[in-house]
Amino acid sequence: MIRVSHLTKRYGAHTAVNDLSFHIEKGAVYGFLGPNGAGKSTTMNILTGCLSATEGEVFIAGHDIQLKPMEAKRHIGYLPEIPPVYADMTPAEYLKFVLEAKRVPRSEHQKQLADAMAKTGITYMKNRLIRNLSKGYRQRVGIAQALMGNPEIIILDEPTVGLDPVQIIEIRELIRELGRDHTVILSSHILSEVESVCDSLLIIVNGKLLAADTKENLTRRFAGESKLHLLIRGDEENVRGILNGIAGAVCIRMEETEETGVWHAVLIAKECADLRENVFTAFASAALPLLEMRTEKPTLEQMYLEMTTMAGREEQRV
Amino acid sequence: MMAVFKREFGAYFKGIPGYLFTAFLVLFTGVYVMVNNLSGYTASFEYSLKAVSFIYMVAVPVLTMRSLAEEKKQKTDQLLYALPLRMSSVVLGKYLAMAAVLLVPCVIIGTYPLILCAWGNVNLLMAYNGLFAFFLLGAALLSVGLFISSMTENQVASAVITLLVLLILYLLNDLVSYMSPMSRASFIALTVAIVLAFLLIYLLTKSLAVCAGLGVLSIAGLYVYYRLEPLPFFGGFANVMRRLGLFDRFYAQLNGVFDVKHMVYFLSVIVLFLFLTVQSLQKRRWAE
Repeated sequence: MIRVSHLTKRYGAHTAVNDLSFHIEKGAVYGFLGPNGAGKSTTMNILTGCLSATEGEVFIAGHDIQLKPMEAKRHIGYLPEIPPVYADMTPAEYLKFVLEAKRVPRSEHQKQLADAMAKTGITYMKNRLIRNLSKGYRQRVGIAQALMGNPEIIILDEPTVGLDPVQIIEIRELIRELGRDHTVILSSHILSEVESVCDSLLIIVNGKLLAADTKENLTRRFAGESKLHLLIRGDEENVRGILNGIAGAVCIRMEETEETGVWHAVLIAKECADLRENVFTAFASAALPLLEMRTEKPTLEQMYLEMTTMAGREEQRV
Repeated sequence: MMAVFKREFGAYFKGIPGYLFTAFLVLFTGVYVMVNNLSGYTASFEYSLKAVSFIYMVAVPVLTMRSLAEEKKQKTDQLLYALPLRMSSVVLGKYLAMAAVLLVPCVIIGTYPLILCAWGNVNLLMAYNGLFAFFLLGAALLSVGLFISSMTENQVASAVITLLVLLILYLLNDLVSYMSPMSRASFIALTVAIVLAFLLIYLLTKSLAVCAGLGVLSIAGLYVYYRLEPLPFFGGFANVMRRLGLFDRFYAQLNGVFDVKHMVYFLSVIVLFLFLTVQSLQKRRWAE
């Protein structure tokens, strides 16, 4: 559906997007995830033809966005960061303007208008001036605008920013629903949001693509590094000796807790093996009481944090 | 294009600008017609149009100031960039909406000569020829204002700059008559004009090499011409400026001559500034 290859955007000396390449398939919800200023909006602006790339190509449904913008743009509905609504129009007038600009046949206007307004819940507001609508409703009008003409691809830039919690849940619900018959791309710097609505993630930091995969694959890829937390009572040398003796385990941290004589150790397995039984028998045969044993699985959250901070440090070094 | 035209035209009459603009033109023309024609006992409606044309300096910015500047400020221009619309049809739609708004007061003013007929013999052909030129002058000034609006995102800046530019255009004839007609003065003034023109092109295109190159070439050419043949430079600057001036051509048209030359000039100005506006909008997409 969307093919991006070696996309780069430079603003003078600053590189906002750096050699981005990815594919987006039909009929799924994709999440662009990255901290503020990572290049998410710039990428989306390039995908929708609002901005031109310094280098690289973008194909939308087989059309080059630079060379055949009219054909490519017909397949896209776009909600930019700030909903581009005209304050002096009512939602109904505004959506009609978008329908006309997208050259949707007049016979379909009524149906599309009613559908989009019902989906985004703005039917009751349709005759008020957008000037008088709250931020949340303007956002909904913006989303309804993106749905006009029933495009195959819907691109939403931070669609839930500035909404109240109830509205956020409603909009997420809507995005999930849209994902059934459209390809949806949304951006966010909040992981939980992307996690709850997206099937696949594209993680962008400092204009570079760090990872692009389905949610399950990403979690699995990082599951290899699950950690085992132990609380053991005993003297330091004994505990350390036993820990080093456990086959297939590496002790990455050991420190005394607030309770004297109780040690907190963190183990990681060398080859994804389950260490729990080995640990238990090792301490049991040495008659050292194992007070607690807990497995810590990495979440997407940690993985995301690690990636972004790592990339941040690299940037500082450069 | 039609969608943009309809939206813009509607927007002018949903808010104040359309009514303000219409009222302004109708009222001031009415006052001038009353003073010149009714109280002054002259049948020449064109004379009133000539006297009232200065009102464009205030009226044109009213229409043009928000046109593109506001879109940029409210970020609604993003929608125009993302919709499957050509930039040229967006600009044309916006421009035609403004021209249509201008048509409203012109049609109302068009009844004045008929009213005047009640008291004397009005040469209607001359009157309407004058009104047509009045409309074209306004349309050309609107294209200048639209272009200025595309370069800023501040409505006030857009209005003030437009006012200044129109003021210079209006006073152009008087201003250049104060200039020394000496050849050297003309050469210097033309050089400054070329530098300013290329500075503007540089601001639009940001391509230093091309602008500096072409600018230096033009000045060098001018210098060679000046050295070889200094005679045409005597009063040359004033002549060039008079030919460029929009108001002078409007005045000439009022004398009752329908001169295609002037019409073509007005249309060329409109096309040039619409083209520049499209370029100025395209440039934003190529932001470096």
